[in-house]
Amino acid sequence: MTQMKERLVQLEVLRYNPDTDTEAHFQRYEVTCYEEGVVLDALNKIKADIDPTLNFRWSCHMAVCGSCGMMINGEPKLSCHTFLREYEGVIRVEPLTHFPIERDLVTAPDDFMEKLKRVKPYIIPKEDKPISEGEYKQTPAQLMKFRQYSMCINCMLCYAACPQYGLTPEFIGPAALTMAHRYNQDSRDGGRKERQEVVATHEGVWECTFVGACSEVCPAHVDPASALQQMKITSSIDWIVEHMIPGGKK
Amino acid sequence: MDTISTDVAIIGAGGAGLRAAIALAETDPTLRIALISKVYPMRSHTCAAEGGAAGVIKPDDSFDLHFDDTVGGGDWLSDQDCVEYFVHEAPKELLQLEHWGCPWNREADGSVAVRPFGGMKKQRTWFAADKSGFHILHTLFQTSLQFPSITRYDEYYALDLLVDDGRCQGVTAMEMRSGQLRQFHAKAVIIAGGGAGRMFPFSTNGAIKTGDGMAMAYRAGAPLKDMEFVQYHPTGLPNTGSLLTEACRGEGGILVNKNGRRYLQDYGMGPETPVGKPQLKTMELGPRDRVSQAYWHELQKGNTVPTQWGDCVLLDMRHLGEKKINERLPLVRELCASYLQVDIVKDPVPIRPVVHYMMGGISTNTAAATPLPGLFAAGECACVSLNGANRLGSNSLIELLVFGRRAALSAIEHIQGLPASNTAALNARAGETQQRIDKLFSSTNGTESMSGLRKEMMDTMEKNVGIYRTEDGLQEGVSKIHELRQRYCDVKLTDKSNVFNTDLFQALELGSMLDCAEAVTVGALARKESRGSHQRLDYVERDDKKFLCHTMVHHQGLDVPRVDYLDVVITKSPPGVRDYSGDHK
Repeated sequence: MTQMKERLVQLEVLRYNPDTDTEAHFQRYEVTCYEEGVVLDALNKIKADIDPTLNFRWSCHMAVCGSCGMMINGEPKLSCHTFLREYEGVIRVEPLTHFPIERDLVTAPDDFMEKLKRVKPYIIPKEDKPISEGEYKQTPAQLMKFRQYSMCINCMLCYAACPQYGLTPEFIGPAALTMAHRYNQDSRDGGRKERQEVVATHEGVWECTFVGACSEVCPAHVDPASALQQMKITSSIDWIVEHMIPGGKK
Repeated sequence: MDTISTDVAIIGAGGAGLRAAIALAETDPTLRIALISKVYPMRSHTCAAEGGAAGVIKPDDSFDLHFDDTVGGGDWLSDQDCVEYFVHEAPKELLQLEHWGCPWNREADGSVAVRPFGGMKKQRTWFAADKSGFHILHTLFQTSLQFPSITRYDEYYALDLLVDDGRCQGVTAMEMRSGQLRQFHAKAVIIAGGGAGRMFPFSTNGAIKTGDGMAMAYRAGAPLKDMEFVQYHPTGLPNTGSLLTEACRGEGGILVNKNGRRYLQDYGMGPETPVGKPQLKTMELGPRDRVSQAYWHELQKGNTVPTQWGDCVLLDMRHLGEKKINERLPLVRELCASYLQVDIVKDPVPIRPVVHYMMGGISTNTAAATPLPGLFAAGECACVSLNGANRLGSNSLIELLVFGRRAALSAIEHIQGLPASNTAALNARAGETQQRIDKLFSSTNGTESMSGLRKEMMDTMEKNVGIYRTEDGLQEGVSKIHELRQRYCDVKLTDKSNVFNTDLFQALELGSMLDCAEAVTVGALARKESRGSHQRLDYVERDDKKFLCHTMVHHQGLDVPRVDYLDVVITKSPPGVRDYSGDHK
């Protein structure tokens, strides 16, 4: 039986404790990890063996719970899905950008949580249907219209990547807008009009300048950029129907 | 200390906690609901469940068949009144999820699709690709956002239940961001805090699965039931322990040893079925306990494949083809590719059994009520005695929904006409939590390293309380865990900050895990028989004369816990033979 290969990993981690620090600073750690390990493994080893005061969030270690987003060499990544084998030299680890730091690598997601709620990310049924009448029929084709957009794990990497969110914090942002689109596209839903009040505004889709960074960093392949483009198109059609066509709605 | 007054406090915001919160809000919109969790709801471990949720929906299926599969799968340790209630409620809950938007896979005509799962005689597992738990969790979380009566306390670490006048009336919890302790005064408390798989070193469980809810109830006087029954999932990635769903086999994947033999046929699950044509309830679709035990026997015979991550067997899915794998098992393909660098389309993947689920937990009845009035529990933290000695895959996601809702309804019943609470007495109880925390912070002579104790606990559980157990091993396990609980009194807190102090939370979690681990070891030592997931090399037969009963473990402070027993409820299915030999007799 061959042994698991190990490698020496050097990390430079941003530290900040609002109770005691006036400003953030980097701390250097060296730790031995398995060759096939991920950045999170290195952080856990540091916490267990070297420095119990280092703080970060994590849980599933399989890229589905969305807890462990952080900047790794300047890119927003899930640390449980960022492989040490892809790096040489010192790896720089910082908290997700565009969010306030609570402590060390832990950021406050309050703004995202509030925006997610604002887009009404739940089925607003076209008509009431009791459970006793069984399921809504939904063909595989209808499912495919929104399934990709339902894969969002709320890790907020797209907010860290989005230059527009950095400039304009009011921007509702990629993940929350994508969730609005996910429900708008669902054949069981009739709530698009309600969501448009939040979505088709200057804080909504029209703030997006289609840089596409959100889709590049998305670990769940949700492609928020495509969702936002589709929403812009449908919002434009709404406008045309409303303003250009005689006798258009409203 | 700030006091938050509420009607119902829920601890845990995963599948069971969210389902309970929504049921409360829908049933009585005037109720104040406090939903407390140490993580944001969408981080809860429900998100990692892959395969699906079982419920009778197709015309060729019946409640009786689901009942029989569950009771036999649990080796007759399930309470049959509970199973009866569960199988009838299951389809309603799955339909409810469907109405709330869960993206279940569909048949061509738009009806919900089902897939085969281990130990189930019919196809009845509803699924959303191989991310079923993820979608259930997010559907529930997003649905919960429309109810103004649900107030969330995200990243609040719950510490102790407030018990006075013989009933549970609240809980203390620390806001993790500020380190401030708060007390929640509540007319009823529902614990939905998940399992405790992290007491083992090799587990599919996320870091948060540390048994806090179980330990909290146990310390407050509610017994833990059947804790010795720990499920090993047969197919974990050998390096990270990540789960490869049972749907891999449900869709037709096969298990082979180093000689290429489908070895399950040698352990009462044969004869062999044609490759790529899985037959229900036999071979690769046997129950998890039997399939994991077969691995152990192959290991003893030298039939496993040596790898750099230890001894493995092979899960071969190549014959499913790329199209089906991408459609039905995309997460599995991605996990194998990134963490193991194996493409399952081209190569078999090495796997080994991994700790996955606790059948045991806080003792509850079919109404999700614990013996402590005012305290209810649901989900993996509870033992409602649905799963008996071995849970069938896809029965736990639906258990969350059925009993999460039931806990809410029972809580509403409980709070009608309650006498006023004695606030001074509750404040005094909360003061005791404050003292416990203060002691950890002020102690300067802590001698025991937190990560050191944790490692000793994990090593003990793996060595002595694994798939097969013996008297000597369990004796050693009981005394070692007991010793670790004493040493834990001197645990050293390095970080003394109030802000998001994960050194503190990990220390508290270790305390929870040690309490749960002691209940597991003590229960396993006392159960001198083999049943379901509890296999003794020195007592190889099931013993219905002595052990057709639930193990009840009662907390006794730092002393060894007290064990007594409760009869299993048998209504219509007397203990019989578990037969996984397919149609061939």
